[in-house]
Amino acid sequence: MNKLDALDRLESEAIHIFREVAGEFDRPVILFSGGKDSTVLLHLAVKAFWPAPVPFPLLHVDTGHNLDEVIEFRDRTVERYGLRLVVASVQDFIDDGRLEERPDGTRNPLQTVPLLDSITSNKFDAVFGGGRRDEERARAKERIFSLRNSFGQWEPRRQRPELWNLYNGRHRAGEHVRVFPLSNWTELDVWRYIQRENIDLPSIYYAHRREVFQRDGMWLTAGPWFGPNADETVQELTIRYRTVGDGSCTGAIQSDAADIEAVIAEVSASRLTERGATRADDRLSEAAMEDRKREGYF
Amino acid sequence: MTTLRDLPPDLLRLATAGSVDDGKSTLVGRLLYDTKSVLADTLDAVHRASVDKGLSTPDLSLLVDGLRSEREQGITIDVAYRYFATPKRSFVLADTPGHVQYTRNTVTGASTAQLAVLLVDARKGVLEQTRRHAAVLALLGVPQLVLAVNKIDLVDYDEGIFEVIAKEFTDHATALGYPIGSVLSIPVSALVGDNVVDRSAHTPWYTGPTLLEHLENVPVEPDPHHVPFRFPVQYVIRTNTAEHTDYRGYAGLVAAGTVTKGDEIVVLPAGLRTTVARIDTHDGELDEAEAGRSVTLILADEIDITRGDLIAAAVDAPAVTDEFDATLAWLSEKALKPGARVLVKHGASTVQAIVADLHARFDEQKLSTVATPGALQLNEIGQVTIRTAEPLPVDDYSVNRRTGAFLVIDAADGSTLAAGLVGAGLSALETDRSTTDGDAVVSPGP
Ligand SMILES: Nc1nc2c(ncn2[C@@H]2O[C@H](COP(=O)(O)OP(=O)(O)OP(=O)(O)O)[C@@H](O)[C@H]2O)c(=O)[nH]1
Ligand SMILES: [Mg+2]
Repeated sequence: MNKLDALDRLESEAIHIFREVAGEFDRPVILFSGGKDSTVLLHLAVKAFWPAPVPFPLLHVDTGHNLDEVIEFRDRTVERYGLRLVVASVQDFIDDGRLEERPDGTRNPLQTVPLLDSITSNKFDAVFGGGRRDEERARAKERIFSLRNSFGQWEPRRQRPELWNLYNGRHRAGEHVRVFPLSNWTELDVWRYIQRENIDLPSIYYAHRREVFQRDGMWLTAGPWFGPNADETVQELTIRYRTVGDGSCTGAIQSDAADIEAVIAEVSASRLTERGATRADDRLSEAAMEDRKREGYF
Repeated sequence: MTTLRDLPPDLLRLATAGSVDDGKSTLVGRLLYDTKSVLADTLDAVHRASVDKGLSTPDLSLLVDGLRSEREQGITIDVAYRYFATPKRSFVLADTPGHVQYTRNTVTGASTAQLAVLLVDARKGVLEQTRRHAAVLALLGVPQLVLAVNKIDLVDYDEGIFEVIAKEFTDHATALGYPIGSVLSIPVSALVGDNVVDRSAHTPWYTGPTLLEHLENVPVEPDPHHVPFRFPVQYVIRTNTAEHTDYRGYAGLVAAGTVTKGDEIVVLPAGLRTTVARIDTHDGELDEAEAGRSVTLILADEIDITRGDLIAAAVDAPAVTDEFDATLAWLSEKALKPGARVLVKHGASTVQAIVADLHARFDEQKLSTVATPGALQLNEIGQVTIRTAEPLPVDDYSVNRRTGAFLVIDAADGSTLAAGLVGAGLSALETDRSTTDGDAVVSPGP
């Protein structure tokens, strides 16, 4: 008999979580950005319900600040699995005045309103996210089934005890539950799993030549939305992305890791966390993530 | 013999426990730090915050106390989950709060733990809260227990003090059912790092393993072949395609034991028997699946099976009953009164239930029970009888941590009221009594 290794256990735990939600909720949805965590999430959902199709639609909160490769990958993946994609567009909210562009042009914080609006209007009662507890120490405190009030807020001091693998998904009308099947995975687990399962990812995760400019110590892609400003110079470098997010605040790293083996070697040796290396939004303050989660962020 | 390096790294789930300020979060921070699991930007943030607090050395508890209110108050309020790995093992670590008010979060962290590190402050010794946590760990059946006698730096690395505390605690743990010799005591300083990852030069009198050495080598999983098969059906997978005509599979996670193709099984509560025709996964068929694996079972006969049913080994099936004894760890501010109407979630089924009787409350200090207490308050442990609207297939928790466990849920607001354990686990923890029930011996040890 094959003894379960650490990745097998994580996989089985995630599949168990997907099936619990399918059994107990009426209208679940999977948050899908085309990033590596949400792609692994979808891969696990496919495994959980095979040979039947995944019984949930996908939801993309689109900042409008995307790299083409990611949107192309998103659409290709949706098509491949024959799933329905709901897009909540930050641009639409800005266009009709429900949201206002921030002075710094960053749109990650603007995602919360379209997300909650979409959850309410589609009556989603369970929302799968690819969040991992190892990403950030406020996330490290979150339950796998995380109850949100009708404003989508997380109240860290009033979390339910989560005992054994018996998840309590009870909620009142208007409330919903965020579900995090990858809670116990580390960044390295995700990459090892991508390697083991041969999971296709957007090409930006692997080293390539790109025109970039430097801002706040990060390499940003030159593009119509992100800059560069007059005082920022563009140069072509070999880079890759460690996370996918709003283009104006998600940086690339200089890297020669062009395939999965090289990426795993690089991540194992890295001395920076993925968010610390590439996400300006998490550097805002000591409790940046906790504050955004309280407001209903992913 | 295969060397350890050839084996895939396995996973150990552990939790901390112990009274407030005994150094749990600092110990976790130290484990992460000394195993080089903390990355530079995280460490920079901790250094900066420590300097702001006027400290000369970094406060490693800041690595785990992730909420604003925790940092402000300098205590842990909720469980933090942390991950690290060595070449031998991957670890999922739950750092729990020590404050009495948050004991329910300790219950959360301990419910899935295979090992608990219980801390005491060497200056204070075994406290009321230490004894309470040890009882909770024994009750929840955490199989391995380590006593970390922390802040040994503050008692001049005194062997005598260590021995006294280790002896007092080991006696208590033995009374709770931990086999003699199963509890390892280690003198540590989480602050300085003595005997956490690196062996201390200050404790030449201590010859046992460091904490990490022990965590890497302690055996964890009982052999699943000795445990009867249990499989709560979570979901029925149905599809009809050219490749999979009239497919009907029962999806779930093997909760206990193993299942082999061809095994005779019984579907509960209905009691219908058939055999396992196939064990399906997306990656292909399996001949055998062990506890912890998510699979889909195809059965030889068409039986009406829905979510909430339990598939079990036909030769060793659990009792199906609508009335059973249980121990409750009460986790709600709303007190439990006998006669309360609640929901019980067991495996994949949720049923209406009544807490028919509240027989006793456990006094975890004296290891004795108080008969008919009238109510059970937050953080109290009690012995009850539960009556359910529909029969459930239950195992005794002392025999099976998965199928002997259940949640008590408030039907009105959906909150989790209690951790439930089937059986008379409490009376087994009770040492202060004249007669012993021969069959109720809890053995949390391996
Ligand atoms: N001298 C010394 N101080 C320590 C040691 N371990 C922890 N401390 C200090 O003890 C205090 C409490 O440490 P924490 O790690 O926050 O304690 P805790 O057990 O996590 O507390 P709660 O989670 O609130 O129950 C802090 O000031 C630590 O620096 C040690 O080994 N030696
Ligand atoms: Mg603490």
